[in-house]
Amino acid sequence: MQPSVDEVWTWLAEVPDPEIPVISLVDLGIIRDVAWAGDTLEVTVTPTYSGCPATSLINFEIEKALRDNGIEKIELKRQISPPWTTDWLSEAGRAKLEEYGIAPPQPAGGPEKCPHCGSTEVERISQFGSTPCKAQWRCKDCLEPFDYFKCI
Amino acid sequence: MDTALFEFCLRMGDNTLVLGHRVSEWCGHAPVLEEDIALANTALDLIGQTQLWLGLAGEVEGRGRDADALAYRRDAWDFRNVLLTEQPNGDFGQTILRQFLFDAWQSIMLERLKESSDERVKAIAEKASKEVAYHLERSRDTVVGLGDGTAESHARMQAALDKLYPYVGELFGADAVDQEIAERGIAPLPADLRDAYDALLAEVMAEATLTIPDSRWSHSGGRDGSRHSEHLGHILAEMQWLQRAYPDARW
Repeated sequence: MQPSVDEVWTWLAEVPDPEIPVISLVDLGIIRDVAWAGDTLEVTVTPTYSGCPATSLINFEIEKALRDNGIEKIELKRQISPPWTTDWLSEAGRAKLEEYGIAPPQPAGGPEKCPHCGSTEVERISQFGSTPCKAQWRCKDCLEPFDYFKCI
Repeated sequence: MDTALFEFCLRMGDNTLVLGHRVSEWCGHAPVLEEDIALANTALDLIGQTQLWLGLAGEVEGRGRDADALAYRRDAWDFRNVLLTEQPNGDFGQTILRQFLFDAWQSIMLERLKESSDERVKAIAEKASKEVAYHLERSRDTVVGLGDGTAESHARMQAALDKLYPYVGELFGADAVDQEIAERGIAPLPADLRDAYDALLAEVMAEATLTIPDSRWSHSGGRDGSRHSEHLGHILAEMQWLQRAYPDARW
């Protein structure tokens, strides 16, 4: 019997992002669609940044999770429009990021507070960070540097 | 084959490929760690955009060449990047000024391409413009910081501008391909972007206390492949040797 699309979504919600393993691919908002086309499961994925080196690994992880759950015919589709936006990060994903030490994106364009001590006295070090999706910030109170998941 | 659209995609994709490769040469060599990371990230975005543009070029061509085949198996005369992108990195100031001159153009171009009559071109522009907004913010801030910095940094930035400004005009060149692409609503005529570009350049150079050279004379021959500088061949030798020596080699 074919698993339902809802069931497939629950499997994908367990697949961690390879760069930021505390959040899942579903939390990240890059899985745009899951659908059956006959006996083939089609999963539509959008890249975060066009050059993100994790993209091929993400596809591999998706395929692996589906195969582990007994799906044999899989088609991964890439979709670039509409482009991925940090608005698609789930609320759960945002909370998990913060707990992990990465400040979640804010409409104001900078972190709301230091993910370590909670101080709002923070300053930007660089708009670019350890992955394309992050910027480097520093807390002026606890003096710890931290990653900020920048808006795009 | 849709020759004009193919050429247009090559022009967009070769610009990002060649500049992306140039910028990647800084990896591990930048003056401070944050800049090293920023340069590598910028290069990565540009290479990612290249995959989109050259992927589309291959699709339009319809002869089975993908982005890798176009990047690794064409020779210098088949490349369509503007000469600005293949200029050597020079010092950090020259690299960042070249980046600003390109980012300013690319950001204006991509905004216009969001209105393209071709859905695929439009999709790439929507994706890439978000990344380029961050590139422009950084190159602009850094050009201002160094231009309006110490006597040494100011002198280096002015020298970089004097050296690179004669490559700016090529971005606005026009030929039969541009004409056809514009008539079909795929992209604006390059010349139509010049006013917006000049306004942005004037604003940022004023802030950076740098003087834009009087002469608008420009080198050309990159975007039609007729007269690439010697630098492109050296870039390609490094970039392509593995796929040339061991075709279809994979990691």
